[in-house]
Amino acid sequence: MKPPPLLVHVAVLLGTAFIAAYAAAAADPQPERRRELVSMVRQDCGSCHGLTLSGGLGPALLPHTLAGKPVDSMVATVMNGRPGTAMPGWARFLSEPEAEWVVRTLMAGFPADGVGR
Amino acid sequence: MRSLLLSASAVLLLSACAATPTLRGTGDLGLVIERSTGQVAVVSHTIRERLATVPGLGDLSHAHVTYSRDGRYGYVFGRDGGLTKVDLLRARIERRVVQAGNSIGGSISQDGRLVVAQNYEPGGLKVFDADTLEQLSEVPAEYAPGKRSKVVGLADLPGQRFAYALFEAGEIWVTDLSDPRAPKTERYPAGRQPYDALVTPDGRHFIAGLFGEDGLALLDLWHPERGVRKILAGYGKGEEPLPVYKMPHLRGWAVAGGYAWLPAIGRHEVLVVDTRTWQEVARVPVHSQPVFVMARPDGRQVWVNFAFPDNGTVQVIDTEAQRVVDTLKPGRAILHMEFTPRGEAVWLSARDDNKVVVYDTGTRRPLAELPADHPSGIFFTSRAVRIGF
Repeated sequence: MKPPPLLVHVAVLLGTAFIAAYAAAAADPQPERRRELVSMVRQDCGSCHGLTLSGGLGPALLPHTLAGKPVDSMVATVMNGRPGTAMPGWARFLSEPEAEWVVRTLMAGFPADGVGR
Repeated sequence: MRSLLLSASAVLLLSACAATPTLRGTGDLGLVIERSTGQVAVVSHTIRERLATVPGLGDLSHAHVTYSRDGRYGYVFGRDGGLTKVDLLRARIERRVVQAGNSIGGSISQDGRLVVAQNYEPGGLKVFDADTLEQLSEVPAEYAPGKRSKVVGLADLPGQRFAYALFEAGEIWVTDLSDPRAPKTERYPAGRQPYDALVTPDGRHFIAGLFGEDGLALLDLWHPERGVRKILAGYGKGEEPLPVYKMPHLRGWAVAGGYAWLPAIGRHEVLVVDTRTWQEVARVPVHSQPVFVMARPDGRQVWVNFAFPDNGTVQVIDTEAQRVVDTLKPGRAILHMEFTPRGEAVWLSARDDNKVVVYDTGTRRPLAELPADHPSGIFFTSRAVRIGF
């Protein structure tokens, strides 16, 4: 028995919406959120890692110092901190996909703060 | 040749005439760090205005200023290892050297002749002639063969000495620079991960805050042979510490009325210690993780700012009542505070509002605002005459 055409349309629409939502969550943050994250990393992570991310009480977060380190464990460090060190967990302030975006962007070379600030 | 000399001296004379400055002292001047542009503002806390801007100081993301004893020169230590001698009267750079890869601050000797930088990379101290910035010597913070530590909490002491703590080594070192080219250093075990330190205003007690344990390390510099004593041990009462999103800063401003007012680590409290017995006498619950806990010069109030994400709030503690009496919202991202020498006003930097706000400490209302580009540290020349600044 064939389902009524309207139901098919609704199902297709819902499915598309789910896929779109999932894709958005897994993809890069939106530009405005990206600016917030850049600012947070530069200014607040920068308290320990330096505004230029060249290190302070915490280690440097520059492409050459992060090269070869596993992304997963760096994301876990951002989210949960590292016991026994001064690194706190930042899960209160960003989602895991956002932390992954931050880590990958740090590895590629982090943009300057400034836009909108 | 002679005419060339003549015309050159004429130009000098002319420019001297044109630029004849109004005579003024330096006692009411200061520098405000504008961190993202690598410049400093020269300000007057009498007229509450910016007098000039001095650019070209490099990465000032964690900057510190110490002053020559005449208050004319500010030695600005930048994160990138830059050490810049700024002439406040002429509003220009007098000398500048890049002395390390990663620096955290510095200090000036009792006689004003030596400037000492404390560095993270390479970990240790470097000693400079205060006039010329010529390097005279170096003390590598090598605590074990091949291992160098970051240096924190540098403080000048009477007798051309300096005390400081080693983050990785967990030690306090005291270096005697009576002969600035031949430093002599004594080492004292201190505790896990000292993050900053202070010397009391009389130069006698050096206190290092510890990140890695509940408590602080106290060294009596009149009796260093007795070694380090733990104070406020176990102040966390074994409870799980709260996350610390920014390390507190310690300095002699914490001491008022016979008590030291110290930020707890991982607890939203200010700890109060009697400086005669070094016993805890109170703890004051505050809004968030304290960063700067600073007594007004008369000791009647203590002002507290906080770590991210609560850095838009400032609280005022009445030292007699030992409780918070006011909660202020002076601006977004209050990074630093500085009292005028006698404490009628306090200047606060609001990084994300691009301004410095001046508050009346009596009425606790704003008196003035100065535009500033992402301001952080505010340093008045009155620091020039204080031990430990």
